[in-house]
Amino acid sequence: MLESYKIKSYCHIEDSQLLLNGQVLYADQSKAFTEFIKAAYKSENTKYSKFFKMDSLSKLAFLAADVLLKNQNYTDEEQDIAIVFSNNSSSLNTDRKHQSTIEDKSNYFPSPAVFVYTLPNICIGEISIKYKLNSENSFFIFDRFNANHLKTYSDILLSKNKAKEVLCGWVDFEDEKDYKAFLYLVSSEGDLDNNEQEINKLYNI
Amino acid sequence: MSTVHVSYNNIVSALGFSTDEVVKNIAAGHSGLKIVDDKRIFQESFCGALIDTEKLQTAFNKLSPIYQYTRLEQMMITSLSDVIKNSGIKLNERVGLIISSTKGNIDALGNDNYFDEHRAYLSKLGNQINTFFNFKNEAIVVSNACVSGILAVSIAKRYIDHGVYDHVFIASGDVVSRFTLSGFHSFQALSKAPCKPYDANRIGINIGEVAASALVTNSEQHLSEDSVIVLGEGTSNDANHISGPSRTGEGLYRSMQSAFKEAKISANEIDYVSAHGTATLFNDEMEAIAFNRMGLSKVPLNSLKGYFGHTLGASGLVETIVGMQSLKNQTVFKSAGFETSGVTQPLNVIEKTEEKKLQIFLKTASGFGGCNTAVIFKKSK
Repeated sequence: MLESYKIKSYCHIEDSQLLLNGQVLYADQSKAFTEFIKAAYKSENTKYSKFFKMDSLSKLAFLAADVLLKNQNYTDEEQDIAIVFSNNSSSLNTDRKHQSTIEDKSNYFPSPAVFVYTLPNICIGEISIKYKLNSENSFFIFDRFNANHLKTYSDILLSKNKAKEVLCGWVDFEDEKDYKAFLYLVSSEGDLDNNEQEINKLYNI
Repeated sequence: MSTVHVSYNNIVSALGFSTDEVVKNIAAGHSGLKIVDDKRIFQESFCGALIDTEKLQTAFNKLSPIYQYTRLEQMMITSLSDVIKNSGIKLNERVGLIISSTKGNIDALGNDNYFDEHRAYLSKLGNQINTFFNFKNEAIVVSNACVSGILAVSIAKRYIDHGVYDHVFIASGDVVSRFTLSGFHSFQALSKAPCKPYDANRIGINIGEVAASALVTNSEQHLSEDSVIVLGEGTSNDANHISGPSRTGEGLYRSMQSAFKEAKISANEIDYVSAHGTATLFNDEMEAIAFNRMGLSKVPLNSLKGYFGHTLGASGLVETIVGMQSLKNQTVFKSAGFETSGVTQPLNVIEKTEEKKLQIFLKTASGFGGCNTAVIFKKSK
């Protein structure tokens, strides 16, 4: 018999706003992404110098995950939280940066610090390092938000005991103006049902 | 929960365009790796395993394509077409499609590429393959660095166990491109000579290209001669570094623990390990530590990177298919490039291709972002 799971908490970052459970934590619509995400990070008072080395996709995913997880009152014990992310543009924003360094043979300067971010799942690694999560992780690509897949895959991980909770959602960074993070925590406890309709409703908040 | 098998399969590679052809070449000790000196691909000569372009076009044109397809799409469609045909499965709503790739059509970003930049979106790759065969379900695209190919097998099993599908076709592929070569070159990770996994003189990786495809099914009516049961699988993050493996092998160790727990078997029941073995100093050392922690130091083990190079998002699947063939042929294949152990923990690296009694094998992979996946397979019949 399959248990039905719950959504514990959720976080959005889009249009220069950071929201936790639908409440605005920080907003400054005068800022494009790069300035906004730094200001939002500072407003959250997260002391983590690695943040500044990350590419935009990782900054977006990291801050959304950090806001969600640090408000959960987890104990110091190891947490078994799987990470399941999805998006449309993979790591293409950083891919284009790397491409621009190799396009011209007379001006050729590829950098390992850029190249390492040319994989979408690097942002999962960044979050895993910060929260010491030795857990299940996977990055999926769809041309649009796919609530059905996220619901199915989080149900599978929890019902197969591959994880105790699942941090899942959508983190897409196309460019400075076109980005969105919507992450949520699926667990056996919570106020909202982990079903397709609810997930879509939250995504579109 | 029904039993899930990996069944019909295909490999399109420098070593051939069918699993049989590829495995015959491996058994004969042939490698697909060559020194490539072609400025159109990369400004420096490199050692890699490339698919013959003319041969690919001939094979692909037999499928009577109507539209224009990228090199990667041609590889993946050619490979998957063979598997769908041999399986005899009708593509209805109970059949899923999983695509695994790290970089997809990344060459479409280049100024000199014929295709529009939009072709570099991985969902477009999924759509192209889906539409070519007219699958009834949207492609699920997995892009999780170098574990993608083996993770796709895990995900297929999970979807079937969960009752979503009865059959899932997996197509995995990545191409050798200036994009990846320049990146690994900037990391100083490329070896100019054929790679030497686990060897004392290993100095780095070779990049290769492969398209590999397989059917994952719960149906005993659709089993190939080399099919295997998926006994258990697991993925775990190192939570240590985004581009360097864990010094303790933590993620790989835990992914194996998760797979063993589900398989309900112990380490001494493993007859063969198909490891990741990229031939970088840190990766191979990390694996040696993790395999020792797991009690697998005496189990015959190889890396197939000396035959295909590192084929990124396809490597996990192509190496699984060769493992299936090892079980079918009761033969372990030499770990190409290995002479003297260069890891600090003991490993039983396979030094010559020979017959062996084999029932169960373990496949592992590790990648950037700290990801590790382990899957345990047993002969279906």
